[in-house]
Amino acid sequence: MEPLLAAPLGHSILVESRAALLESFAPNSSNQPGYEHTHFIGLTYLQGDFVVSRHFTIVAGDYLIPFNTYNERLSPVWIGNFQDGPLIASLGTFSSGSGLGGMLRGNAIARNKCSIDYNYFYSARSGNEQFNARRGSGGRASLYLPEQRLEIGLSYDRLLQGTHENFYGGHLWWEPKNTAFRLRSEGARGHHAQGYWIEADYRTKAFGGLDSAIGRIEPVFRIQQTFRRDTIVSDSLPLVNTQRADFGLDYNLPHNVRILASYARQFSSTGNHNIWETGIVYRFLFPAWKGK
Amino acid sequence: MSPRVIAFVAFALTFTSALALGAKQNHTQAAVPANNTADQKQYVQSQNEGERVFQQHCSRCHAAPDSFSPRISGTIVRHMRVRASLSQHEEEELLRYFNP
Repeated sequence: MEPLLAAPLGHSILVESRAALLESFAPNSSNQPGYEHTHFIGLTYLQGDFVVSRHFTIVAGDYLIPFNTYNERLSPVWIGNFQDGPLIASLGTFSSGSGLGGMLRGNAIARNKCSIDYNYFYSARSGNEQFNARRGSGGRASLYLPEQRLEIGLSYDRLLQGTHENFYGGHLWWEPKNTAFRLRSEGARGHHAQGYWIEADYRTKAFGGLDSAIGRIEPVFRIQQTFRRDTIVSDSLPLVNTQRADFGLDYNLPHNVRILASYARQFSSTGNHNIWETGIVYRFLFPAWKGK
Repeated sequence: MSPRVIAFVAFALTFTSALALGAKQNHTQAAVPANNTADQKQYVQSQNEGERVFQQHCSRCHAAPDSFSPRISGTIVRHMRVRASLSQHEEEELLRYFNP
């Protein structure tokens, strides 16, 4: 479960938080009968946003690191097209995925034909269990062309504790107008590893629109590769060069229910294997306080 | 094809079909003002602008939610204003789009 709390205060402030509650059951290892059970509860982020204008928003607290697109924009369980994230998701996000400190974000240029968004963050070091963070700073800038529905962005951040490491990222999204086709991709380069992923998904309007039985079917494809630059492992990427192709079939039911099913084949020098995944996502929203 | 593959595909198809047949659509249809032509034109313009904001900003990451209580639409729109760097005008148009 990933409960999200959002509380608007006045006309310019929003306090938001997301947590993760995970219960997992897995067959016992070493040929023992039965299952082992673990649980995890953690705060994903807790931040306050002060909107000065569309050009300038101040964010303070424990926030998702805006490196590339996955961590901040696609990681919510109700958005992702696959049960698991891309292999390079941990690059540039300082292990915990969140930073503790401040961030400035906004829209630098807003025109009818193009807009440029930016983020800049600084994170302090924290060993707190719920607000674990590493010292670092960085940012992202992205150009969006509304007519072409094309988004191109660059990210950079630098770890400022221990061995200082630089991370570089780039993303390209294309969602052609009046279609339900989406192409998303990003690449990242870290100190010890690099990689990329490309994902495409499509829903057809040809058989009664997106809300028809056929229109709710969403085939998804993702290809990804990771490359190790050295054998020092300080990230969560595979220990050897890895290629993986994911084939998914999602079904978007009414009432914000999605069924995700996928098959992946992963290739590496340590062995090739299949990965089967399926899941059901149900998103519901309700007021936690009496509203107007 | 191995039995495990067949079982997986059969499970996915069966479950999908069962849920699809059991589910009913629950889209909120906006009531178009019937007072006069000017009101209708303003309503359509507002809907178009709100839809444009949704298409260009919100739907880049996610599909439109099926339905939600009007009491929380302000919170959702504020969340989008921060995430997508919307202007106050766009926030209002999006709110009007969700609550015509």
